Amino acid sequence: MLSGTGADAPDAPPLLFAPRRRLIFKGRNGLIASLASSAALVAVILAVLFATSGGQSFRFYFFNPHFLWIALRGDPLKAVGSVLGGIVTNIWIFLLCEVLVLVFGLLIAWIRITTTPLLVPFRLLATIYADIFRGIPFVLVIYIVGYGLPQLSLGALSNQSPAVYGCIALTLTYSAYVSEVYRAGLHSVPHGQILAARSLGLTQYATMRRVVLPQAVRTVIPPLLNDFISLQKDTALVSLIGVVETSRAAQIGQETYFNGSFLTMSALLFLAMTIPMTRFTDHLIDRDREKRLAGAQ
Amino acid sequence: MNNEVLKMSSVIKRFAHHEVLRDVSLTLHRHEVVCLIGASGSGKSTLLRCANLLETIDGGDIELFGQSLLDPRVDPDLVRRHMGTVFQSFNLFPHLSVLENIALGPVRALKRPLHEVREEAMALLTRIGLQGRAAEFPDRLSGGQQQRVAIVRSLAMRPSLLLLDEVTSALDPTLVGEVLDLLTDLAKSGTTMLIATHEMNFARDVAHQVAFLDNGVLVEKGPPDQVFERPQHDATRVFLERVR
Repeated sequence: MLSGTGADAPDAPPLLFAPRRRLIFKGRNGLIASLASSAALVAVILAVLFATSGGQSFRFYFFNPHFLWIALRGDPLKAVGSVLGGIVTNIWIFLLCEVLVLVFGLLIAWIRITTTPLLVPFRLLATIYADIFRGIPFVLVIYIVGYGLPQLSLGALSNQSPAVYGCIALTLTYSAYVSEVYRAGLHSVPHGQILAARSLGLTQYATMRRVVLPQAVRTVIPPLLNDFISLQKDTALVSLIGVVETSRAAQIGQETYFNGSFLTMSALLFLAMTIPMTRFTDHLIDRDREKRLAGAQ
Repeated sequence: MNNEVLKMSSVIKRFAHHEVLRDVSLTLHRHEVVCLIGASGSGKSTLLRCANLLETIDGGDIELFGQSLLDPRVDPDLVRRHMGTVFQSFNLFPHLSVLENIALGPVRALKRPLHEVREEAMALLTRIGLQGRAAEFPDRLSGGQQQRVAIVRSLAMRPSLLLLDEVTSALDPTLVGEVLDLLTDLAKSGTTMLIATHEMNFARDVAHQVAFLDNGVLVEKGPPDQVFERPQHDATRVFLERVR
């Protein structure tokens, strides 16, 4: 009677098959297709690298075993430092800054979200700080800190090595970023959790420390890791104020021998540093998830 | 001795220009169970939140054991340690085990020694038959089990009274019974409770007093057989007919 309204069974059985073209890669065909496309991709890469004339000079310039080896051990006679020795500098700068950023970033985030009247001026200060250091290009920050602080005759603060100024600059900039990551994490904890904690008579501090923070840390790990990978790479920028770390050592080697293998080796060392960290953190996240799913303590 | 535990007099609460509680007066005596009934949005939850100072009131007074909670010297954290609160959505701490959930308040707010608190927490878990789940995380438990843990968590603070805010409303119908059984059990053992609920049969069986809230006004209050069988006001009658 009423047509086109409400739910009604059609007169003929409806057609439920997908179009033919979407059925091509189903089942065993899918495996064959993925193997074929992988083989094709590898073939194209090998062809570009080995069969073209450009490929040959590319291999010579970036993957020359002789120069890769020199990059690794350095050449004192030509004042070319070891790229491997340089990365040690990157690593300690990174480790030091990581700890400082974790603590300082949390402090800034904490100040920004607490409502204690006593902290009102600090809250304003923290907001201004985060705005400024997220807004200034890091290159400028490192010049300002590296060339500015020594001229201020501030005692010990003006009497440090360039590497220390590099650390200060990195910490200042990255704490601003990380404080925002923390702040988003702290805000992501459901309000009911705070109500429950306060209803148990926990103080604002205890609520933060025992209930909000532990839950926020979980959500914060992936974005935090992202910032730390970025921090690992940006340790190369301390070379701008005269620190010879791995990228600077590579650049010296490249200029001396007119060969890019030094840069390649430096890049490989950076990858050796960042990839384990991403894998490790992924592992932590998976383990945490499994633990919670299994319900074990 | 005065038996008044919680006394709210002429409480007014506004959100912006909207009055959520209008001149509400309610007294809770020792060992007394008072059930708040009324439609959603009638102000039941707000009343409970005002009682434990999660909301500030705009008029009237709230007294706990004869002391006004509006006194500026009153520390809300100390007040809340005397009132257990249970929420509709449980709000267990997902990063803590069941046992740690129960122990958190006594250890961190009351600064009691952990070993002593653990023993008590285990005893409470045994009481609700969940002693075997102490080490598990809350998300491994059913809704009914989670809510019972939440009730026990508030009991671990040894509060003088419990505030329960529609604690069965988020539960599967099959799980409501176990939570109501626990509350009935608590009522029988003399726990002072203020319960906002939609479970009329439960209110009839357990409450000493039933208070009907309509649009922020406490319309009617009395023993359950009076409120349910011989309601004095039209609004109460209409509400009861709707929920029946």
